[in-house]
Amino acid sequence: MEFFHNPNIDFLGKKWYFLAFSLIFSVAGVLSMLFWHGIPLGVDFRGGTLVYVKFSHTPNDNAIRTAMDHAGLHNARIQRFGAPANNEVLIDLAEQETSEQALDRGKTQIINALESNAPAGKQDLNNASSLTLANYLLDKDPLRAGTDANQRYQAQAQAIVNARDKDHGGVLSSMDELKGSVDPAVIAVLPDGFYLSDFGVRNVEIVGPQVGKQLQTQAKLAVLYSLVGMLIYLAFRFEWIYGVAAVITVFHDTLITLGAFSLTNKAISLTVIAAILTLVGYSNNDTIVVFDRIRENLKLMRREKLSDIVNRSINQTLSRTVLTAGLTFLTVLALFLFGGEVLHGFSFALVIGILIGTYSSIAIAAPILVAYQDWKMNRAKVPSVTAAKTGTPAKVGSPGKAGNQAKVGGPAKVGKR
Amino acid sequence: MNKNLGWKLIVIIGTLLVFLFGIFGIPQNWSGQGLVAALENRIHLGLDLKGGTHLILQVQVNDAVNVDSDNAVERLKADLRARKINYTEITKPDPAAEPDKIVIKGLGPDAASDLRSIVSDRLPEYNLNSGAENAWTINMKPQALAELKNRAVQQAIETIRNRIDQLGVSEPVIQEHGLGDYQILVQLPGVDDPARVKEIMQSTAMLEIRQSLGGPYSSEQQALQEHGGVLPPDSVLLPFKGTVPGTNDSGQAWYLVSRASAVTGRDLRSAEPSRDENGQPSVQFTLTGEGGRKFAAFTGSHVGDNLAVVLDNKVQEVAVIKEQIHDSGVINGRFTEQETKDLAMILRSGALPAGIKYLEERTVGPSLGTDSIRAGVEAAVIGMAAVLIFMLIYYRAAGINADLALILNLVILLGFLGYSGATLTLPGIAGVILTVGMGVDSNVLIFERIREELRNGKTPPSAVEQGFAHAWITIVDTHVTTIVSAVILFIFGTGPVRGFAVTLSFGLFANLFTAVFVSRVIFDWLLSRKQRGEALSI
Repeated sequence: MEFFHNPNIDFLGKKWYFLAFSLIFSVAGVLSMLFWHGIPLGVDFRGGTLVYVKFSHTPNDNAIRTAMDHAGLHNARIQRFGAPANNEVLIDLAEQETSEQALDRGKTQIINALESNAPAGKQDLNNASSLTLANYLLDKDPLRAGTDANQRYQAQAQAIVNARDKDHGGVLSSMDELKGSVDPAVIAVLPDGFYLSDFGVRNVEIVGPQVGKQLQTQAKLAVLYSLVGMLIYLAFRFEWIYGVAAVITVFHDTLITLGAFSLTNKAISLTVIAAILTLVGYSNNDTIVVFDRIRENLKLMRREKLSDIVNRSINQTLSRTVLTAGLTFLTVLALFLFGGEVLHGFSFALVIGILIGTYSSIAIAAPILVAYQDWKMNRAKVPSVTAAKTGTPAKVGSPGKAGNQAKVGGPAKVGKR
Repeated sequence: MNKNLGWKLIVIIGTLLVFLFGIFGIPQNWSGQGLVAALENRIHLGLDLKGGTHLILQVQVNDAVNVDSDNAVERLKADLRARKINYTEITKPDPAAEPDKIVIKGLGPDAASDLRSIVSDRLPEYNLNSGAENAWTINMKPQALAELKNRAVQQAIETIRNRIDQLGVSEPVIQEHGLGDYQILVQLPGVDDPARVKEIMQSTAMLEIRQSLGGPYSSEQQALQEHGGVLPPDSVLLPFKGTVPGTNDSGQAWYLVSRASAVTGRDLRSAEPSRDENGQPSVQFTLTGEGGRKFAAFTGSHVGDNLAVVLDNKVQEVAVIKEQIHDSGVINGRFTEQETKDLAMILRSGALPAGIKYLEERTVGPSLGTDSIRAGVEAAVIGMAAVLIFMLIYYRAAGINADLALILNLVILLGFLGYSGATLTLPGIAGVILTVGMGVDSNVLIFERIREELRNGKTPPSAVEQGFAHAWITIVDTHVTTIVSAVILFIFGTGPVRGFAVTLSFGLFANLFTAVFVSRVIFDWLLSRKQRGEALSI
């Protein structure tokens, strides 16, 4: 089976279409970052409190809103999270309400607000830790346990927590659901001290302002270092212009991917930055494969124009580029569709980034090489006029003969490997 | 050639077995469940998968510096007094921002050499500088300051580890974090309600036994009035923890206690929860030999006086010294039973050298972790199956070759996780999936090249030879770029992100072996069984 049989597409001839396409997406992204959604930072970078709550029934947004208002949390953002059937809600407090003096105050306020109609003197079984349960059982002693009471009640408490969290997704809607995994005598005493609220806290993220700023700096540095790392490696392996072309390409990919986050208003978290760094490496893969082939062909086809060689190289590697990108895309798509809500941002970045990264290695990186050479040739013509004035001999030589393989593809230098 | 091939096969099978052992060890039983149990035993899951609490806290190192410079001020005053040198005041102008800065004002011009010798002899870790108007400043030497701060962080890590160990949290991570900001990373698997742990970690637990000189007073003003507006020398007013019957409406009370302490938490040998003579929960402590001697000397000379048990600068309890006490005592103070357990534990673990502040707190409930594992594994299986099936359809027989290489790649990656004890996080699972997607890149590169060479009329053996030779350089290049990214991620990332960097980079390393070496051996084996000129299925 073969998708491409000796393709012969004039990619360089379509460079203006590519440029237009890239410009539209980059500019749209940049405009959105500047004037619309800004750069939507996740809690990792902006600081704040996120509480993920799972309800046992379809959550009532208005009721949650009212409960938060009562608790004085007027700026809390409340949004549905994940698949609707999961009944999950994300409650989001801005950084101002997250002080480092009492880091978890916001979380406590949210939970207390949601539990505001609890029966007096009872604790919430859906949000009780196994320690609380073990202490309670030890006190009630429903099993008439002897010397090993501590151990037995700890095991029972753990069984309750496991049944709640592992078998019933974190929220019990009735204490009967514990039957089978917990001793009936234990279940019988639970209603005396516990009631069941309609929610369970699944996940809490609290990031103080100091850490947020620190992580921002680190993320910027990481992206910067990886770009510089690529530049150095490619300049070392090829020529500096290859490195520059690859880095411009990757920068283009990063910009468009970030733009996609801004346009869709998805939060950029630490894992998204991880995905972007991976893309920096991955997008370079495709570019390198094309560059490798250009270098090889430069040695084989010394008489041809650089633009022809580049076109030929892209076509020769097209099958491979599309195949590998397609396969990686397949795995990333699986991640995006089935990998769960926690990885949503991460896999979204990869889905966008792999599409853009593959496109750009064909449509951006190679044309930059040719454009650079054209520019060099043009400049070589001009100095030959001005050179006489300043008295320095023109170094480039006659453009007619050597110009076709000016510095970009000079076989002498490229062929040193 | 054939013999060579045999050796290579042995290397491959050996690798397979070694890494399979890394994944499963020797399972107890060979059923599906037994294998899963063995797998769970070998591969460490990150907090985001098994649930738990992740905390970042910062040691307020300036506290430790302040303690040191407070001592320096006291020593300076004592020495100047001993040499009968007059001064107007010795202060620390800005303890919050410059905790090591001490300013001496109003010193006579002829006392300069005395001051110099006092500082160089008695305060070797400080520098003396002269300022305007007979003012002198003393600052800690930069190196000594840095050492003091680092020591505070190390000591805090030690203390926190002691406390967490006693709480019985399994496999906690407690380590320095970040780049020189005095931060500590604490990971507590299985703890999904961190409030109590946080409180225990945060309590500085500075225990002191001092002489009680008066009280309770309902306010600081009242205490001052009763002493004619000036507190007696070497005494301080400290608040009482909780309320005292018979004091003012707010229930607050103050005691006047000696500045010096008879014994401190450092003199403790052990502390246990117990009950006092009235059956109230209390903490019983024993002192070390040295501490016992100090305590005996103090109580012996103060029979009939009051002593005050001071915890974190709050008076916990005041009691009459009925007789000389040697090496043990009891702390009372309206505790609950849980509080006495915690206090005894905290006292045993030692005091924190400085306060700590929480900067970040993340809790993953076990239900979310379970869901994440399910989703991650599902995505991995689907993604992997898609790639394997595609390779079979597109490259036919050679697809089997690629699939075998990919499966071995995965085995090596998981085996490595088992051996190294590296943690598998949710992004780490994503890294495994990406390794599959990116790893197959190498196979595609090679296969496409072989096809190209075959089209150009080469014989199968020479096409395979050429295909591998040409693709090799490109494969190295593509791997290096991705691994550079992953290494940078590892350096800058923490927790889940680090797990991703680890699986991705190791997966790609393994890929060099499987896609190039293993795949080549399979081709060579196939070719060695074919007749000359027979076509290659690719």
